[in-house]
Amino acid sequence: MNDKLTSLWQRLFGDSVRAFGVVSLIFLASLAIAPAKNFFSEWRHYQHGYLKMVRNRSDANTLQRHFQGGIQQVWLPELGVVDRCTSCHVGLKEASLTDVPTQPFRTHPAIPHKIEQFGCTVCHRGQGAATTLTEAHNSTLAWEQPILPAKYIESACGQCHRGSLPGTPQLNQGRNLLSRDGCVHCHTVKLPDGTIMKATDDPPSLSHIADKTSREWVYAWLKDPQAYASTSTMPNFKLSDDDARDMSAFLIANSTPLAGDTATLTAKASSDPAAGASLYGESFCASCHAVQNAAGNMVGGDVGPELTRVGSKVKPEWLQAWLRNPRTYDPGTAMPHYRLNDGQVATLSGFLLAKADSDLLANVHLEAATPEQITHGKRLVSDYGCASCHEIAGIKKPENFAPELSRIGSKPVTQLVFLPGMQHTLPDYIATKIKQPRSFGQGLKMPQYTFTPAQIDSLTTALLALNDRSNTLPASLAVGATPESDYQPAGKAGKLMTDLACFSCHRINGHGGDMAPDLTWEGSSVQREWLVQFFKNPGTLRPSLIRRMPRFNLTDGEVNELTDYIMTVYQNPVIDRESMPLSGYSQGQVELGKQLFYGKYSCQGCHIVDTKTDKGYIGPTLTHVGSRLSGAWVYQWMKNPQALRPGTAEPNRAMSDEDARALTAFLISQKGAAAKEVAKK
Amino acid sequence: MTRYSLTHVGTAALGCLAERTSAIALAVAVLATLLATSCSRKPESAPLPKPTAFGAAIIESSGGKQTAQTGSLLPQPVVVQVNDEQGTAVTGALVEFAAAPGVTFDPTNGLTDSSGQVTTNISLGGMAGRYQLTASTLDKSHKNVELKIEEIALGYQQTLGRHLNDQYCERCHNPESTVQRVSNFDNLDVKPHPFTEGDTLNKISDADLTAIISHGGPALNKSALMPAWGNTLSKSDIQALISYIRAISDPPSRSAGPVYAKN
Ligand code: HEC
Repeated sequence: MNDKLTSLWQRLFGDSVRAFGVVSLIFLASLAIAPAKNFFSEWRHYQHGYLKMVRNRSDANTLQRHFQGGIQQVWLPELGVVDRCTSCHVGLKEASLTDVPTQPFRTHPAIPHKIEQFGCTVCHRGQGAATTLTEAHNSTLAWEQPILPAKYIESACGQCHRGSLPGTPQLNQGRNLLSRDGCVHCHTVKLPDGTIMKATDDPPSLSHIADKTSREWVYAWLKDPQAYASTSTMPNFKLSDDDARDMSAFLIANSTPLAGDTATLTAKASSDPAAGASLYGESFCASCHAVQNAAGNMVGGDVGPELTRVGSKVKPEWLQAWLRNPRTYDPGTAMPHYRLNDGQVATLSGFLLAKADSDLLANVHLEAATPEQITHGKRLVSDYGCASCHEIAGIKKPENFAPELSRIGSKPVTQLVFLPGMQHTLPDYIATKIKQPRSFGQGLKMPQYTFTPAQIDSLTTALLALNDRSNTLPASLAVGATPESDYQPAGKAGKLMTDLACFSCHRINGHGGDMAPDLTWEGSSVQREWLVQFFKNPGTLRPSLIRRMPRFNLTDGEVNELTDYIMTVYQNPVIDRESMPLSGYSQGQVELGKQLFYGKYSCQGCHIVDTKTDKGYIGPTLTHVGSRLSGAWVYQWMKNPQALRPGTAEPNRAMSDEDARALTAFLISQKGAAAKEVAKK
Repeated sequence: MTRYSLTHVGTAALGCLAERTSAIALAVAVLATLLATSCSRKPESAPLPKPTAFGAAIIESSGGKQTAQTGSLLPQPVVVQVNDEQGTAVTGALVEFAAAPGVTFDPTNGLTDSSGQVTTNISLGGMAGRYQLTASTLDKSHKNVELKIEEIALGYQQTLGRHLNDQYCERCHNPESTVQRVSNFDNLDVKPHPFTEGDTLNKISDADLTAIISHGGPALNKSALMPAWGNTLSKSDIQALISYIRAISDPPSRSAGPVYAKN
């Protein structure tokens, strides 16, 4: 054996020349390893494939000229990006390759950014520096971020863009849900700009709940909120019967009466369904409240709670007091103070109380609560964090009740728990956690929501955008959101506007809802007399609108207060009322305007001036526009409508001054019947 | 002596080999179980349910020709129905869905219910374009009967286009009214075309579309009821609108790109 080895040794290294030869061979072979690895590498295989594919195309020459062999790389030190994806994805920038069915050779779809600016992994995640398919796309032990599934790609936009974008509906919806469905009551979300995400829902205070409803209803609601209102955003805590019994016992026992809140009935709730329905309609309750109709469809808005079964919930005396003035019970409510008279309160409350569901509480039988039950209920109410959302007398709002989500989008996979059958990725973890929060273990408190699959995808998208990158971005790349202003009108008129909840629908100076027109420049826009009439008897200007301005039964004094305020405060500096008078235009000018209206600009497509001939009704009716709007406003509107009301569907025609003046003359001459009425007075 | 030792070495080596094989076998077994466990992480395809009936035809009840963003759920589920020769619904027939990689069905198969239908929720693949979905069932002679359904995935640009269309164009161009949006179509003396009408829109070049959208109907000798949007929308907005119009047209435009179907 030894001999054998010795002879082998002799043969290879017997003399120095031989030894040198053998060593050199070994050395050379080892030198060849790297080039060989390189030669057989995946990216080279793809590049060959690309060249082969390109050869047979009509634009082969151009594509070959653009082709650069070897490892390609986008290096952006500021973003920590070293992306070699373009080594295999060779055709990303070739506009003609949209007909290639699959990656890696297809053109990148059109987006507003360049690869050189952001690389690939800023949006798609994955391991940019890797040069094999598996390492680049999948998570490995050394790299946790696999490629982001296409459905969450908008989360990438959200890393820099902090406001909503027209091209990212899913991200917008997700962010909206985070605040609208109250996730941020329990989970702190510190946004990259340092602000804390605020909830936009307004869960009611429970400190006086016994005034409003019965313990039986509270019990049924706690057990299954959606059984009462399928659109409710209150989640299901999956309480046992005993726990729901004790929590309802505590909430009722803890409730204190509120003065004026359940005023003695001045009128019996009347049962006149027809009158009730018409008052409900006239008051445009459906703009904010939904009711499920016989066909099972929700009819109405989602600003206020669903009213399908409201008669099974509220106490009649509470409902009447609420209708009379909701601000007594809830000073911050989005509901306007309608100033209904006693008869109207009786009619409307009768109508609403009839919306009852006898099944809802049929099986709820609760014995009088014992002190132990109440104590236990109180403990449960604190344990479940009810006070994170609701004000409850005697219970403090818990701080950091649930894990902070400010960087959830970068959470390491090694810190996550997965259920059997789940993919081990962060997006799947987030989505499943939202879908079935309690399935991740015993004793978890996060309640069950009723999100649709699309909503879960949106929420996951929004959460993935909250990550390390979005928090460490160079300031120059961040595109801020327009913050919601906290504008409040001052003085007596301001108080009145709060009382009428104008801001629930209208936006002024960056604050308020978007259901009705922005009133920031209303004072420059309308004529005073028209505004007075409109407050007294709001009609609609747009036949195609379903939501309309309700009538608030204002006194003359209140109407004057509001009108004066609007006419003096909500002025646009560009609009000079004196520049375009309300009369005195030449017949020729009016005639020219008419021609432009029906001809060159064909405004009748959307607006009605002559009810006999014009049919377009998606824009406001203009039969009375001469007694409604100021001439200067109409003129500026002709010149550039978006400057006065961003986002309006009226196209900007870049009109000449002459055309704009003629059209203004024509429109201002449309005084309609209202002018006659005004004249009569 | 040499030979002796050689055989010795040989047996030793063999023994060693035997040992090694068992070690290899062990390693393979370990690897296999590892692989199996790692595979079982992925959702396993459940065995197909046993059909209790067979149909003769499969038809679409609803859910075709929808649009969704790439990778996202279609807004409505797809419902297909299995009928027999007489056209009556068949209960208990097996329907299987298939499509290009990247498309997911929930569920991927099912037995028809009492009205002969199977409903599935669908997420489209990651690339913008048309997706052909196949729903298939077996007839009495166990031959495959297929139904093809097309859906459209919108990329970023088309999604932006859809948004602009909703905001500025839809009310005139779409004759259908919804609760949120009343159509103005019937009020127009010259009727515009819904953007899905490929027969008309495919004949208009990109340049002409840009012209009519930017400068209004008169740019193509058409009615001034079509307003000019060139001062309201940016060039890239108009491009986005065109890419949306091209994406949804039916029949498909030439620039619509490939159709993703099952392999
Ligand atoms: C006020 C209603 C109205 C609006 C809003 C409108 N259009 Fe039109 N559009 C028309 C009418 C009417 C025609 C038909 C003109 C003709 O055939 O003479 C038309 C024609 C067109 C055509 C030519 C093909 C066809 O349908 O005949 C295109 C393309 C077009 N519009 C795109 C748009 C886009 C994009 C928008 C949104 C930015 C838009 N339109 C908004 C009324 C409208």
